[in-house]
Amino acid sequence: MVEKKKKKKKKRPPRQEMPRQDPKERRKNFNEVALGFSEETAVIEASRCIGCPKPECIDGCPVFVDIPGFIKLVQEKKFVEASKKIKETNVLPAICGRVCPQETQCEIVCVLSKIDKPVAIGRLERFVADYEAAAGEIEIPPKSEPKGKKVAVVGSGPAGLTVAGELAKMGYEVTIFEALHKPGGVLVYGIPEFRLPKAIVAREVNFVEKLGVEVKTNFVVGRTATVEDFFDQGYGAVFLGLGAGLPWFLNLPGINLVGIYSANEFLTRSNLMKAYLFPEYDTPLRVGKKAVVIGGGNVAMDSVRTSLRLGAKETHIIYRRSRKEMPAREEEIENAEAEGVIFDFLVNPVEFLGDKEGRVCGMKLIRMELGEPDESGRRRPVPIEGSEFVYDCDTVVIAIGQGPNPLALSTMKDLKLNKWGYIVADIETCKTSMKGVFAGGDIVTGEATVIEAMGFGWRASIAIDKYLTTGEW
Amino acid sequence: MNRIIDKKRLAEGINLFEIEAPLIARKRKPGQFVIIRIDENGERIPLTIADVNKEKGIITIVVQVVGKTTEHLGTLSPGDGLLDVVGPLGQPTHIEKFGTVVAIGGGVGHAVCFPIAKGMKDAGNYLITIVGARTKDLIILEEETKKFSDEFYITTDDGSYGKKGLVTDQLKELLEGGKKIDLVLAAGPAIMMKFVSLMTKEYGIKTIVSLNSIMVDGTGMCGVCRVEVGGKTKFACVDGPEFDGHEVNYDLLMKRLATYKEEEKLAYDRYMQKIKDKGKEM
Repeated sequence: MVEKKKKKKKKRPPRQEMPRQDPKERRKNFNEVALGFSEETAVIEASRCIGCPKPECIDGCPVFVDIPGFIKLVQEKKFVEASKKIKETNVLPAICGRVCPQETQCEIVCVLSKIDKPVAIGRLERFVADYEAAAGEIEIPPKSEPKGKKVAVVGSGPAGLTVAGELAKMGYEVTIFEALHKPGGVLVYGIPEFRLPKAIVAREVNFVEKLGVEVKTNFVVGRTATVEDFFDQGYGAVFLGLGAGLPWFLNLPGINLVGIYSANEFLTRSNLMKAYLFPEYDTPLRVGKKAVVIGGGNVAMDSVRTSLRLGAKETHIIYRRSRKEMPAREEEIENAEAEGVIFDFLVNPVEFLGDKEGRVCGMKLIRMELGEPDESGRRRPVPIEGSEFVYDCDTVVIAIGQGPNPLALSTMKDLKLNKWGYIVADIETCKTSMKGVFAGGDIVTGEATVIEAMGFGWRASIAIDKYLTTGEW
Repeated sequence: MNRIIDKKRLAEGINLFEIEAPLIARKRKPGQFVIIRIDENGERIPLTIADVNKEKGIITIVVQVVGKTTEHLGTLSPGDGLLDVVGPLGQPTHIEKFGTVVAIGGGVGHAVCFPIAKGMKDAGNYLITIVGARTKDLIILEEETKKFSDEFYITTDDGSYGKKGLVTDQLKELLEGGKKIDLVLAAGPAIMMKFVSLMTKEYGIKTIVSLNSIMVDGTGMCGVCRVEVGGKTKFACVDGPEFDGHEVNYDLLMKRLATYKEEEKLAYDRYMQKIKDKGKEM
């Protein structure tokens, strides 16, 4: 009998692949690259979860999604219930399922990864969120008694949406103030359609609105109103989820030539303003024959893949270290490679060259080698003397990161900033040096991930509730 | 949605709009601008707030037809709305009593100059205004400006109104006449600001210019509006739009303004064709 039972025990299926658009096709369109699981694949993948007694995946998630709980519901084919389970602590599952770096968060701690590939938690999350949306009207969770207290949230990116959604669930009256004309922050202006369709962002924002959150767009805090004005208007607390919105340029000769973009400009034109649909949409974005993106992060990958889709014949990544040190997600690097992006490693620009009309026509690069590790732990790139060479190109995107945008911060004299200009805030409570003002996301940590920003929003919601309940700072 | 309350034709192809925007009207100071977007497919363009009525919650913008968006804007009427209006953006003008201030507005740039000049007059300065345009029909806000100017001059390229010549000719006359001038303000085409600045530099007169760079977000996020001032890169949207005229790299500004020349023409021609086709249908 015992023998038989053992034999009956099914062999664990392999980690399920998610179908993607063919690279040859997808490099010509802006449709989503990853196509999502089918019901069948989702159930197979979910069956790989062994439901361990002490699941580490939950702690790996900055917003503590009950991962084994929702996966069990997928095993039972209760997909809508699974989505609701996630939404207990995460108001943006369709987004997280797409852009979270699960490989460094929940999946890396999955026990299966010790003996096999981890459960594809992100793909399952994406599947159930999309399933729920496709199944019809998304159900709004029951609201708590109204607290009769108002909270202002500045910025409608992942941190802002999360804190707003969580506080609304608790019964607070929440208003989000967004500077751009569409809510979503980096989710709408930064991440391209082919990685995160804007209809999905709109759906998740809509969910937050249905929780009772009011979103005011075209509202620049620091200009249209100040944080002080919010307190005068009866808001009990303010959350600053401003993001890191100041592009870094390279301080090199020729940096202001026409055809050199910050990644922010390049992506904002394409994503928020839909320049890829010009002239149907009014905003143009010119991409020449040879587009070069400087940088090795996810934003660089998004930029280079966008330039490819906008018609550049040849697209390059210029990165001063080697492939191993690139901060971009492996999946994104692979996607870019499959689409035909050329990677030039261990080179760095020293000068941009322009034609007589002031348009960029090339750059001078220098070869680099890797030296001793620096404070980031990665080997420091060192220029090789005398190795400069000239390289033709007609479009350059600078994707070397960004800093804190001082626009709103400069109007808050009592707000303590660190030496880089980011807000000093408690990582747990998100409290700043100003009473009643909380902050989280990239404006505190510098550039990080969507889910880390959401983690801040989540923790801030608890701290804000406590502050508004007890009055204790 | 921000409603258009009133519309006046100021000159051929130049319209003034009064737009409902109470929050912006309340906060705005001279020198600041808004970014507008007409509709869902629209682009974001910066426009100086020429005037405000705080009580009524209205801002005034002056728009010259130069491309698709401004042409489209020109077809709108009171009761229509603009999908997005955001502001007030940019640094306000530094206004104080300098003494004698010369404010120079070129073409539709006078709509930028107008509120700053008014602010300077209110601060107790002796205000001399020079308004220039290609031809008489393009002179705007003449009566309104005269009202608060201590001296008022008009120049036209073709001599159809005021003095024949450029604003710099009038400025030169003032300077050579021995007038003690403490500050010059200039807003208009980049080439005009360049030559005004070259002239005042000779005389060592502090000069402020308002730059009309291309912008997208207007909050310092994208950097398309970058200009070189004193050899340093600045963002016109948050560091400006006003800068020391003697320090601005105008040639770079002009090149950057021409970035999308071809696309702008394509969008404009396409729009005009659409209007034409619509006309035929009717």
